[in-house]
Amino acid sequence: MMSVQNASLNNTAAATAADGGLEVLTFDLGGETFALEAVLVREVLDRSPETYVPGAPEFADAVINFRGRIIPLADLRLAFGLKTSSSSADSRVIVIEFEIDGEAALLGLRADKVYEVTTIADAATEAAPRLGTRWRPDFIRRLAKRNDDIIVLPDLAAIFAARGRADGGVIRLPGHFA
Amino acid sequence: MSADEGIEIFRVESQELLEQIEQGLLDLAHNPGDKELVAMVFRALHTLKGSGAMFGFDALAAFTHHCETAFDRVRKGDVPATKELVTAVLNAMDHMRALAERRIVAAAEGEQLLAALERVVGSAAGGGTAVPVSAGNGTALTDWHLRFTLASDVLVNGTRPLPMLDELRALGPCRITVITDNIPPLDGLVPTECHLGWDVMLTTDQPRSAIEDVFMFVMDDMTLEMTSQAQPDPAAPPEGPSPAAELAMASGDAKTLRPDASVRVPATRLDELMDRVGELVIAQSRLKQIAGASIDMNLRSVAEEIEHLASELRDSMMSVRMVPVVQLFGRFRRLIHDLARDTGKEIELVTEGESTELDKTVIERLADPLVHLIRNAADHGLETAQERRAAGKPALGRITLSARQAGAEVVITVRDDGRGVNRERVRAKAEENGLIVPGTVLSDQELMQLVFQPGFSTAATVTNLSGRGVGMDVVKRTIEGLRGTLELSSPPGEGSVVALRIPLTLAIIDGLLVRVGAARYVIPLSAVEECLELSAEQDHRSAGRSLLTIRGQLVPFIRLHDMFKTAMKPDLYQKIVVISSGADRVGLVVDQILGDHQTVIKPLSPFHAELGTFSGATILGDGSVALILDVGALVAAEAQHNPAQLRAAS
Repeated sequence: MMSVQNASLNNTAAATAADGGLEVLTFDLGGETFALEAVLVREVLDRSPETYVPGAPEFADAVINFRGRIIPLADLRLAFGLKTSSSSADSRVIVIEFEIDGEAALLGLRADKVYEVTTIADAATEAAPRLGTRWRPDFIRRLAKRNDDIIVLPDLAAIFAARGRADGGVIRLPGHFA
Repeated sequence: MSADEGIEIFRVESQELLEQIEQGLLDLAHNPGDKELVAMVFRALHTLKGSGAMFGFDALAAFTHHCETAFDRVRKGDVPATKELVTAVLNAMDHMRALAERRIVAAAEGEQLLAALERVVGSAAGGGTAVPVSAGNGTALTDWHLRFTLASDVLVNGTRPLPMLDELRALGPCRITVITDNIPPLDGLVPTECHLGWDVMLTTDQPRSAIEDVFMFVMDDMTLEMTSQAQPDPAAPPEGPSPAAELAMASGDAKTLRPDASVRVPATRLDELMDRVGELVIAQSRLKQIAGASIDMNLRSVAEEIEHLASELRDSMMSVRMVPVVQLFGRFRRLIHDLARDTGKEIELVTEGESTELDKTVIERLADPLVHLIRNAADHGLETAQERRAAGKPALGRITLSARQAGAEVVITVRDDGRGVNRERVRAKAEENGLIVPGTVLSDQELMQLVFQPGFSTAATVTNLSGRGVGMDVVKRTIEGLRGTLELSSPPGEGSVVALRIPLTLAIIDGLLVRVGAARYVIPLSAVEECLELSAEQDHRSAGRSLLTIRGQLVPFIRLHDMFKTAMKPDLYQKIVVISSGADRVGLVVDQILGDHQTVIKPLSPFHAELGTFSGATILGDGSVALILDVGALVAAEAQHNPAQLRAAS
């Protein structure tokens, strides 16, 4: 069953393909390339009508109808402080199954563009540097290098637990964020 | 099956068994000679012991073993089933329940209970007047023809057929033939299942019940045909009824041996199924829209047929979730038994309308509020026997629990024939606690509703049972959480009545669909009092204070446009939907009222559940999502925001 498989994947980098690499789906968020384990992904949808939830955190401010189930729509771009451009012909929603607050749930992730399913060799990944990125280090699980490009493997568990707030855990000048 | 799963199964099973034992014992208290009941209780005790040992509940198994032994003597007719015995076993049951739930209990307590049980059994046996429970012992030899098959999963459950055959052999000479008709082809054979049946010719002088005892623990799931033929022995009368009658009984037995041909299904699977049906209903309403716009007669007729099927499917799905309230009411008999003992009052419980059905989830959540209401009735409502006699009433106080369906609601009432609500005391207490200003003019109904306010209790002395000042408001909250209402009334001289009105199901509600800006929302129709137009003039005048006068009463209102920070400009002619929760009323300003909507409620994800503004969401006919407003939370938030206005409005 889907949920059983995923349970072991949620918090660790255990998903390895037969050749020792990680099978991932790569996609674009505000000009940066990100990747998620392919095994988490249920479906990639065209952008469909969204229902805004008044008062909800900006990071997950809408819900959509996914085959009769109402699932939240999260925007990783906010967690990484990336530009949130309005939807274009390339915009997609990646539906994943993931544990939120201990409950397996489906949720959609907005993406500016979806590239491909590919394998990243273990050797090509490294831990996120503590310094040198403008992002919360705990939101990044690994970084992978490929063709001079850097692919970000986000730590979804940490991001969802923080409700995508890019400011938590990082010391900033007071008043920078409300 | 993992160990945890096993324990979970045992936990559910043990609860059911304990309930069965309890009901059996309570029935037995009224009907001590009923050997069916004795056998039922004995069987349940035995099963509890067996499964307990299997899942490692050794303390429970050991303790239950003693009760079983005591009951075995009742079954064999050595000991009559007296009231004292029933009480002793009932007390022991609480201990078993604690053991089954792995609560920490003192071993000494168990020993005391067993000693008490032993005393009762001993004295009852000495008392002599044993109620003969076992049937007569026939000496005539009878030929029995048995044909039986066991449920396919008996082996997994730990039953072994061979010892059963040995037991049959022990009853007398027998010829056993195995029936292999049901063995599947080799590739379909599951080795852990039992596919065999047996055909047994048995000659014995033992009664029918002795043969049935062999199958005692597998009876519920087996098929057994039994026919008898007395040996041609003119001296002795045949032990059983005539063969023809026996045959008739056998066919009857086939039914009675399966007291409930039901399947136990985890509630989550039912929920999944309900989800699918909900989706189907939504997809069907889209099809209906498309077909309605089409001139293709074939499409239209298929769409109509699917509409018909979908609505039937929904109805049957709902009925699957429905369970009769007898499950709930049954639990209270024990409560009354204990309450009568603790208060020293004479109390009888009368239940009515037990076959009324309610959604399973609703039933579970009703248990606690009802326990509280019954305790209140027993503790505050009913008088002592002396007081009752002095008032010219029968000494036996009566609490009536009744259920009936009224439209899409079920009305459950808890009625007692006690002294009724003391209005003066309610008023004094409310004034003392600052709930009302002294001298406030209140209608009778308003006065009664004060009882449900937090921190209210009229009991002059705090007893173990009720009167701790918590409770009635908790009851009210729980009922409102089920989208129900409750009302207390007390006609002079007729005791008091609490009536709960509960919607039949939580999964589908009638909603009012409204539009705010571009978004649509559902307001539960049960909370809607009326819809009004907010004229431009009123709108302007009320800009500074969000208060409105409806028939001379002030009602605060919330502009959903502002609350939801809608980007669009509000419509020129806005509408107000007045909703109520308890005695509080609030108006919600919306752009447009779109009409009724059969709403399939879907839960919100953890990201949105914590908002509190919405109780769920639903999918509309066009596939888009509408959020369902949480009326209770909106009103409570408004009340907190501006309590004075609400007080004035109510």
